[in-house]
Amino acid sequence: MAGAGDETKFRPPGFATLAVHAGASPDPTTGARNVPIYQTTSYVFDSVDHAASLFNLQTFGYIYSRLGNPTVSALEEKVSALEGGRGAVAAASGHAAQLLAFYVLMDPGSNFVAAKNLYGGSITQFTHTFKKFDWNVRFVDPTKPEEFEAAIDGDTRALFCENLANPGGIVVDIERVSAIAKKAGIPLIVDSTMATPYLWRPFEHGADIVIHSMTKFLSGHGTAMGGIVVESGRFDWAQNDKFASLTQPDPAYHGLTFYETFGDFGFSTKARAVALRDLGPTLAPMNAFLILTGIETLPLRIQRHVANATAVAEWLEKHPAVAWVSHAGLKSSPFHALAKKYMPKGPGGSVFTIGLKGGFKAGVAAVEGVELFSHLANIGDTRSLIIHPASTTHRQLTEAQQIAAGAGPDVLRLSIGIEDIDDIIADLDQALAHGLNRAAE
Amino acid sequence: MTMGALFYPDWLIRRILREVDVIAMVGASANWIRPSYFAMKYLQEKGYRVIPVNPREAGKEIIGGTAYAKLSDIPVKVDMVDIFRRIEDVPPVVDEAIAIGAKIVWMQIGIRHDGAARKAEAAGLTVIMDRCPKIEFGRLSGELGWSGINTGVITSRRSKVIRRAGTR
Repeated sequence: MAGAGDETKFRPPGFATLAVHAGASPDPTTGARNVPIYQTTSYVFDSVDHAASLFNLQTFGYIYSRLGNPTVSALEEKVSALEGGRGAVAAASGHAAQLLAFYVLMDPGSNFVAAKNLYGGSITQFTHTFKKFDWNVRFVDPTKPEEFEAAIDGDTRALFCENLANPGGIVVDIERVSAIAKKAGIPLIVDSTMATPYLWRPFEHGADIVIHSMTKFLSGHGTAMGGIVVESGRFDWAQNDKFASLTQPDPAYHGLTFYETFGDFGFSTKARAVALRDLGPTLAPMNAFLILTGIETLPLRIQRHVANATAVAEWLEKHPAVAWVSHAGLKSSPFHALAKKYMPKGPGGSVFTIGLKGGFKAGVAAVEGVELFSHLANIGDTRSLIIHPASTTHRQLTEAQQIAAGAGPDVLRLSIGIEDIDDIIADLDQALAHGLNRAAE
Repeated sequence: MTMGALFYPDWLIRRILREVDVIAMVGASANWIRPSYFAMKYLQEKGYRVIPVNPREAGKEIIGGTAYAKLSDIPVKVDMVDIFRRIEDVPPVVDEAIAIGAKIVWMQIGIRHDGAARKAEAAGLTVIMDRCPKIEFGRLSGELGWSGINTGVITSRRSKVIRRAGTR
């Protein structure tokens, strides 16, 4: 039979095996088993002809670490494998990864439709900084997928959402959003930072591009900044004339056509060879190394994160100081069914918000009353973290925008760590008592 | 035409890339920004002798190799025929590949012709479709991963060598 192989004997490696091994085989020159930190800016050429092949993108290899570095590319391949993607490009931060992705897709005057429930920094980046490039964002309610469709026009280049939204405990029905994107002939970009590929692989549900802030769970230890853009390799960029930067000859590369030449990894090649080259937000090899090390234990850590978070959420739901708990793993959550469908290994993840009956004052008192929890602006650390978004991450937004983003004045965001559950609950208990007292003053 | 998904085990691709020496590239372009030019240049760097086949370039040189109008004009023994042509142009190329005694017919990404493939396999040839030998070489040697591409290869072995250039 044409193309017959022993397919029945082929079994792809499981997730935990990929987390340890993907992208990270031994160094062929030295035999180093772990991925070395290639702390170098540049790479020697064998000859002028070899250099020409590299600059022309005709051969694989490293030129200059702004474009690629062996430690960084090991990480890119690992995350790509974990997502079930075709290829990936790492960047200095999650924000930088968003910049690279949109740089490939957008032109001045074009727009994209984004969920309004996003990390506050993304809302600011899209609303104000992207505006300076004349890239225009339209925010919609991601719990009503039809709003994405209504906001699309002829200049729309992408849909964007966080599948598990930060903050708010919102789970987006990305199969429905993907169907809208497909009908419009545009990609669905999913920021899957909060879910991680262990809990949710958006490409299996129709997403075309996945973005992570690797600073969070992938790194996992609060040690390194990093972002990444992963492409599924399944989007047809030539189905319409919207994506000229991929389907038309590129004057910045001697008339090379990226989609024709690089096919199912044309998007990531363009993101590297043009966006990363010319915008320059490169991931440092040391940070790539720390994130690689973090990812090896991702499955173990996420299991513990979710078990702890679910127990904390259930405890908080019964606490007298707490008005509501937004964790999608709780039966009371309107997103419980979606969380079980999309994240069966850990519905709702381990970052969620709660509302305090005592409002803004109680929220400030609670974050100032913790001893074990750390009051800081990050998520996805081994340590339990707490923040009052209205006074910090979402401070630049108006109160109406804060409420719309799930970060109103009464809201606390928790990122539950991997400590002992009894210690996590005891610390929250004493901090909430502090908040109750303060609110009563 | 049978249209099931194509599956080729890594050992088969690796064996082809190890054993092949002379590749006739049908549809090789002289234009340096064309995909066939990229593939030809890369495969030459890896030590393969790549012979361009293109009627418009016959008698001229592409990356140091003399181009021929058709496979049967090539004066040396060809191990593998790599096809960069439209699907409808595949069957006569495959017939010629059988006639000149090639062992492998390889159709590039986006090219699949199950009828021609069955004919070649019936004649004892091995057929690969909808793949690129450059990308497969890069994938199995680990070089593709240097661009952050998912090679799908998990290995604890140190050596990534597929063939030693110039030893054949």
